[in-house]
Amino acid sequence: MEIIVTQLFNGLSGGSILLLAALGLALTFGQMGVINMAHGEFIMAGAYTAYVTQNVLGSAGLSLFVSLPIAFVVGGLLGVVLEATLLRRMYHRPLDTLLVTWGVSLVLQQLARDVFGTAGVDVPAPSWLSGPVELLGFSFPRTRLFILALAVAAFVALALALRFTPLGRRIRATVQNRPLAETAGISTRATDRLTFFIGSGLAGVAGVALTLMGSISPNLGTSYIVDAFLVVVVGGVGQVRGAVIAAFVLGIVQSFLEYSTTASIAKVLVFALIVAFLQTRPQGIFAVRTRSLA
Amino acid sequence: MLTMTDVEVGYGRTSVIHGVTVEVPPDGVVAVMGHNGAGKTTLLRAAVGLLPTRSGTITLDGEDVTGTAPHKRVRRGLAYVPQGQQSFGQMTTLENLQVVADGRARGAALVDEALDLFPALHGLLGRRAGLLSGGQRQQLAIARALVTEPRLLILDEPTEGIQPSVVAEIEQAILGLTRRGGLSVLLVEQHVGFALDAAGHYYVLASGRVTAEGTGGAGSVTDVRSAMAI
Repeated sequence: MEIIVTQLFNGLSGGSILLLAALGLALTFGQMGVINMAHGEFIMAGAYTAYVTQNVLGSAGLSLFVSLPIAFVVGGLLGVVLEATLLRRMYHRPLDTLLVTWGVSLVLQQLARDVFGTAGVDVPAPSWLSGPVELLGFSFPRTRLFILALAVAAFVALALALRFTPLGRRIRATVQNRPLAETAGISTRATDRLTFFIGSGLAGVAGVALTLMGSISPNLGTSYIVDAFLVVVVGGVGQVRGAVIAAFVLGIVQSFLEYSTTASIAKVLVFALIVAFLQTRPQGIFAVRTRSLA
Repeated sequence: MLTMTDVEVGYGRTSVIHGVTVEVPPDGVVAVMGHNGAGKTTLLRAAVGLLPTRSGTITLDGEDVTGTAPHKRVRRGLAYVPQGQQSFGQMTTLENLQVVADGRARGAALVDEALDLFPALHGLLGRRAGLLSGGQRQQLAIARALVTEPRLLILDEPTEGIQPSVVAEIEQAILGLTRRGGLSVLLVEQHVGFALDAAGHYYVLASGRVTAEGTGGAGSVTDVRSAMAI
């Protein structure tokens, strides 16, 4: 029983990290169809934002909350600059986008190495996040509970914004039918930029969360980018809610497989399961159902 | 209201519209007719700004809008209902209207007014537009265009591919709009009788050129049919 609960919690925790990394991608890749390999480096930028904020403010408790909005803006601005300078010229050219953004990711990694050094740096967690919470005889690390809560809050905020705000409606309209949105009076260029800002900003938030998991280094993003793309594809491209289910299912499956095998074997098995799943359901967990796609 | 002067439009290397001049007067209804491939839709897409013009000018209320983005033309009073009953399929009927009403001072009232024109949509507000029938989607498309408070409504084959009973409803709604005043209409329509009934002036397009034009009304049906038969 203890093993099941522990692995389930580890899975949920891993899933919440995946979700944070993938949520922004669900917008920029899932909704806009842009393959942004530099998304991982936006995560890294968010993590270093937390590092810088803590060095400036000194207090770990305060800096965690201050760095969340700052990292959102830093990630968002990086995304907007990338979109305005390069990506806007290559919508509907996924292969070109892939190569260009991969190049950008290498540049950003090198930039981080030049500024912060190649060695990992630590961003100490605030004291109120240290130690575990004891519940029903089980102990859960506070940092992981915080990340879980942050991931759920980020998803709920994004889902509500997309569903109920004018901006959310504009984003969905632009994604579904760009010329129609434009002739409905929506500035699709402005909407693209805002979508990219939010998607990349969420990567920044994910970066702050990752500082609670251990030391951070310039190649932090590369460890998450592939998994994040997997979450979006398995969830169903264009479906933010699919990303939630996919992230937690992948997290839990991986956690149980890691327990019964090793980390590497578990990774291989997860990939195999995803391939098998996509063979039977290429559209992901959530399919787009419509009479006509127009 | 809208003047397209000596306009040339095309896709890639191919020119589709060759030096066409079309004028829609204030409060006027103008019909553009022609066979498939004559360039009617291309002409409308250029009028809206979805296709760039290679030469010629487009003015709206006397102001040059030739290079203006479509959403800015919409702000200046132009609305476009494209061919094929297009909607934002994953959004509900209500959201399809709200997304246009957002940011407009009279947004909610405009949505209500548009729905009054097509009462059938009232019961479908929570349904995703992609699940509506073709006729319902076309009604939604026209309603959505009206929410922008247009002074010029551009309709591309509004009754194409729709079952006859709904065609009559849509035609009645369009005729009602044209007679209400304060709204100009540029209409592309295969159904000559309806188009001439609605229009004060018509153009016949063939191979991207205007081959005939004249005043609307039932008396012109024979002229248009013979012009289109050439």
